[in-house]
Amino acid sequence: MELTGKTGRSAQPASGHLAQVASDVLALAKKHGATEADVVVADGENLSVQIRLGSVDRLTKAREKRLGLRIFAGKRSASSSTSDFSPESLQRFVSETCTLAKAVVEDPVSGLPDAAHMATEQPDLDLYDDTRLDTERQIELAKRAEAAALATDQRITNSEGADFDSSWGRVVLGNSHGFVGDYRSSSYSLAVSPVAVDPVSGNMQRDAWYDVRRKFHKLDAPEAIGIEAAKRTVRRLGARKVGTKRVPVVFDQETAGGLLGNLCSAVSGYALYKGASFLGGQLGKRLAPDWFTVYDDGRMIGGLGSRPFDGEGLPTRKNTIVDKGVLTSYLLDTYSGKKLGLPSTGNASRSVGESPTVGPTNFYLTPGTRSPEDIIRNIKDGLYVTELIGFGINMVTGDYSRGAGGFWIENGELAYPVEEITIAGNLKHMFRDIEVIGSDLVFRGRIASPTVKIAEMMVAGN
Amino acid sequence: MGQLIPLDSFGVTEHDVLAALGRVKVRNVDYADLYFESCISESVSMEESLVKRATKSISQGVGVRATAGEKTGFAYSDDLTRHDLELAADTARYIANSAGGAQAVPVPVHSRPARDLYPVSHAQADVATADRVMLLNRIDAEARRYDPRIKNVMASFNTEYKIVMVATSEGTMIGDVQPLSRLQVTCIAEDAGNRQIGSFGGGGRVGFEYYSEEDRYLHYAREAARIAILNLSAVDAPAGVMPVVLGGGWPGILLHEAIGHGLEADFNRKKTSAFSNLLGKRVASDVCTIVDDGTLPRRRGSLNMDDEGTPTTRTMLIEKGILRGYITDKLNARLMGIPLTGNGRRESYQSIVLPRMTNTFMLAGESNPDDIIKSVSKGLYAVSFGGGQVDITNGKFVFSASEAYLIEGGKVTKPVKGATLIGSGPDILTKVSMVGHDLKLDEGIGTCGKEGQSVPVGVGLPTIRIDEITVGGTQTG
Repeated sequence: MELTGKTGRSAQPASGHLAQVASDVLALAKKHGATEADVVVADGENLSVQIRLGSVDRLTKAREKRLGLRIFAGKRSASSSTSDFSPESLQRFVSETCTLAKAVVEDPVSGLPDAAHMATEQPDLDLYDDTRLDTERQIELAKRAEAAALATDQRITNSEGADFDSSWGRVVLGNSHGFVGDYRSSSYSLAVSPVAVDPVSGNMQRDAWYDVRRKFHKLDAPEAIGIEAAKRTVRRLGARKVGTKRVPVVFDQETAGGLLGNLCSAVSGYALYKGASFLGGQLGKRLAPDWFTVYDDGRMIGGLGSRPFDGEGLPTRKNTIVDKGVLTSYLLDTYSGKKLGLPSTGNASRSVGESPTVGPTNFYLTPGTRSPEDIIRNIKDGLYVTELIGFGINMVTGDYSRGAGGFWIENGELAYPVEEITIAGNLKHMFRDIEVIGSDLVFRGRIASPTVKIAEMMVAGN
Repeated sequence: MGQLIPLDSFGVTEHDVLAALGRVKVRNVDYADLYFESCISESVSMEESLVKRATKSISQGVGVRATAGEKTGFAYSDDLTRHDLELAADTARYIANSAGGAQAVPVPVHSRPARDLYPVSHAQADVATADRVMLLNRIDAEARRYDPRIKNVMASFNTEYKIVMVATSEGTMIGDVQPLSRLQVTCIAEDAGNRQIGSFGGGGRVGFEYYSEEDRYLHYAREAARIAILNLSAVDAPAGVMPVVLGGGWPGILLHEAIGHGLEADFNRKKTSAFSNLLGKRVASDVCTIVDDGTLPRRRGSLNMDDEGTPTTRTMLIEKGILRGYITDKLNARLMGIPLTGNGRRESYQSIVLPRMTNTFMLAGESNPDDIIKSVSKGLYAVSFGGGQVDITNGKFVFSASEAYLIEGGKVTKPVKGATLIGSGPDILTKVSMVGHDLKLDEGIGTCGKEGQSVPVGVGLPTIRIDEITVGGTQTG
C-alpha cells in the first residue's frame, strides 16, 4: 500500500474504482457550491459462523459499501452518507447535503485540516491478510473451540455458542485539498461462550473467551480459546455476595482495559471542550503515580487500532497521553483541537456518514514487572474483579459505581467467586490510588491494559 | 389500516421476489423470508448555543434468511438487482445442505397491516431543517433561563423514516412505514468548581408537531436543567442493602433488565436464561403483573407488525407474580411450540431477527404513591436512571440512578449521586411489596442492545417499593 497522488491508481482496480467514486463526488460537491469537502468510501465483506452444541446455528455472509460526505459551505457544514452509488442517486445526494449545510449556522472553527498537514506517506502497517477462509473451514474452527470448552469440565453442560468472524475491508479517503489515501484491513476473531451448571444448587454461570487479530495465522488456537473460556466459566460457580466494606481492588486485564477506556473517554477533545470531562484543565498536571504511563500508538504494526492516516487524512503517530503519571496529551482532531487551542493529535475517527470525532488508535498502559499472581499474593483481604456490568460512570464528575463479579482475595489467594456486588469510587481518585501495574499486557482490542491494583474502593454487597 | 407498500419502492418486481424465495426455500428449509428496507435518518444538533451539525443518512438493502431446524442462514446486500437477490438466496440456503434449484413457493398475497398506530405522513416527517434549528435554539434559551449556573446546553433532534417490506415463503407479503424521532437535551451546571450533568428527552413514532404539543420541548429543556442543578447539591450515595422506592415511568428499566431479557424465547429455548423452566412458577410477589405491549399508539417501542410481518400483540409475561409467557419470534415459537407474540425484531436489513421487547411495563396497583414513600424509614427514592445491563445466565442486573434521593423517616430528603442498584432477576420482584396506582410510561428515549443490535423500546412502571436491594454507593452507614 502506498499513498496515491491526485490521480487514481491502477495497481488495484477495486481501490481505483472507489477512488474514482470519491473524486467524482468531490467534483460534484464543488459544482454544487461547496467551498471544501471530504469523502470517505468504504467497502468490505464478512463471513460469520456461529456453532452451538456442535452444529451450525447461524451463518451470515455479506458485502457492503458505503459513502460518507462532509461538505463545507463557508463555515457551515453538514455530513451525510449513502449506500447507493448510482450516478443519478449521487447527484441528488450531494445536492441535498449542500442544502443541509446551508440550514445550519456558521461555526467559526469549522473546516478541513490545513492542506500542509495532510499525510504525505503511507507506511505499510501490516493490517491486511488475504487469507480467505471458506465457510466449511470457519465452521470447523468454531466447532473445535466449542468442543474443547465442552470437554474441559463435566459441569459445562450448555453453550451460548462459538463464533468465528472474518472480515476484509478497504477505506478510501479524499478531500478537496487533493488528498487521496487508501488502505485495506482484515480481522479474524474467534469467541466461545460456555454455560456451566452448579451440580448442587443448579445455578448457571456463563463466561466467554476470545481472540481477535488482523492476521489469521496469529489467532490463538481454537482449543486454547475454548479451554480458557471453560476455565473462566467454571470458576464462577458457587459465587456469593460479600459484606459492604472498603478493600484493595485488583482489576484483571479485561476490566483494567475498561478502566483505561474510561480514561480514553475523559481525554477526548470533544468531552473536554464541552466541559463534560472530569479531566478538563488537567493537562500538565499529575493524574497518577510515577509508574503510570499511557500511549496511543496509531502506527503499531498489525495493531487492531492502527491506520496510516486518521479520519481527516492527517498522519497517525504515537502520542504519550500520560507520562510517568502526568497528563501530557489529549486525543484531538482538527475541530476539537481548535476549540481547545491545540493542534490535532491525528486521532480523528470517522464512521462513514458522521462528522469526525476523536477515538483511540492503540491506547495502552505500559506494563510493570509483577505478575498478577504476585500482585494478589500481597493482599490479605480484597477483591479481584473479572467482570463489570452497567453504565454507572459519570464522566463529568468521575463518579464511578458499577456492578462487579470476580473473586474474593484472602491471605494472598483467590478464596471464592463473588457476584451481585458493586464497586464505587471516583475515577480521579482511582487513577491516583493505583498501587501496582502488572506485567501482563496483551492486545485484544484497541484499548489494552495489564492487571492493575487500586489501593482501596468501596465494595457494596450484603 | 396501515399503508400498502408498493414493491417498486425498492426497485424490484414480484417476479424477482418470487424467484428469490423459490431459490432459498429448498427442500430442508422450514421457512424463508426477504426483508426489504429503505431508511432515511437525519440529525440536527446544538451546542454552545449554535446549531452547527446536521447529518443525513440514506440506506437501502435486503436481508435474505432461511431457517432449517435450529439453523439460520442469512445474507444481505445493499444492491437490489435480481442477481444480488439470487446470490443472497444461495448463501442463506447453504445451512440446509440441500441441492439448489428453484422450488415452488406460494405467490405472496400482498397486504397491509390491520392497524395504523403511528399515522405520520411523510410531509410531517420531512420537516424543514430550519424548523428543527429553531426548536433547538429555543431549548437553549429555556435551559439557560432556568438557572444562570447552566453553562452548556447540548441538544439533538434525530428522526428516522423507515419503509419495510417482508415477503415470506408462507405466501405473505406485507410492508410498513415506521417513523421514529427523539429529542434529547443535556445540560451542564457549574458552581464554584463543582460540575454536574442533567439529561432529559422524549419521542416516539410521532411527527414533528408532537414536540410542540403542550410545549414538550421546553419541558425537556427545563427538566435537563433542573436535574443538573439538583445534582450540584447531591451527596454521595450510601452503600449496602436497603429498601428502595422506584418512581413511575423510566425506572421501568428495572423490568426490562431484571426480567424482560430473561423472558426472550431464544435464551429459554437454549436454556441459558435464569428463567428457563420457570413457566407457571412464582417469580414475583402477587402485586406484580407485567406485560409487553407493542400495540400502544405512537410509542417508541410500538410496531404495526414486527420485522417478520407478524402483528404485534400484548403479551402477559407475569400475572400476579406467576410467570405466564415468553416473548417470541417465528423461529423460537416454532421450535418451542409456544404462541407467536409478534416480537421478531431486527436493527436493519443487515441484522438477523431476534425475539425482542417492545413496550414492557407493570400494571398499576392499589397503593397511594405517598404511602409507599412514608413506609420507608431509611432508604433510597430513585426517580430516573441512566442505563442498565443484565447477565441473562446468572440473572444479575444493574442499573444506575441519574436522579435519586435519600428517604429518612418516611420523607424524601437530600438528593444523592452515583447510586447503582444491583440485584438478581428471578428474585428481585418477589421483594416488591407495594405497587402504586400511578402507572406511567417513559418519555420515549429507550434503546435496547442485544447481540450488537439496537432497537427502540419503551418501559413503564408505577411507583413501587422494593423491600431490599443492594445500593452501590461510596458511603457506609
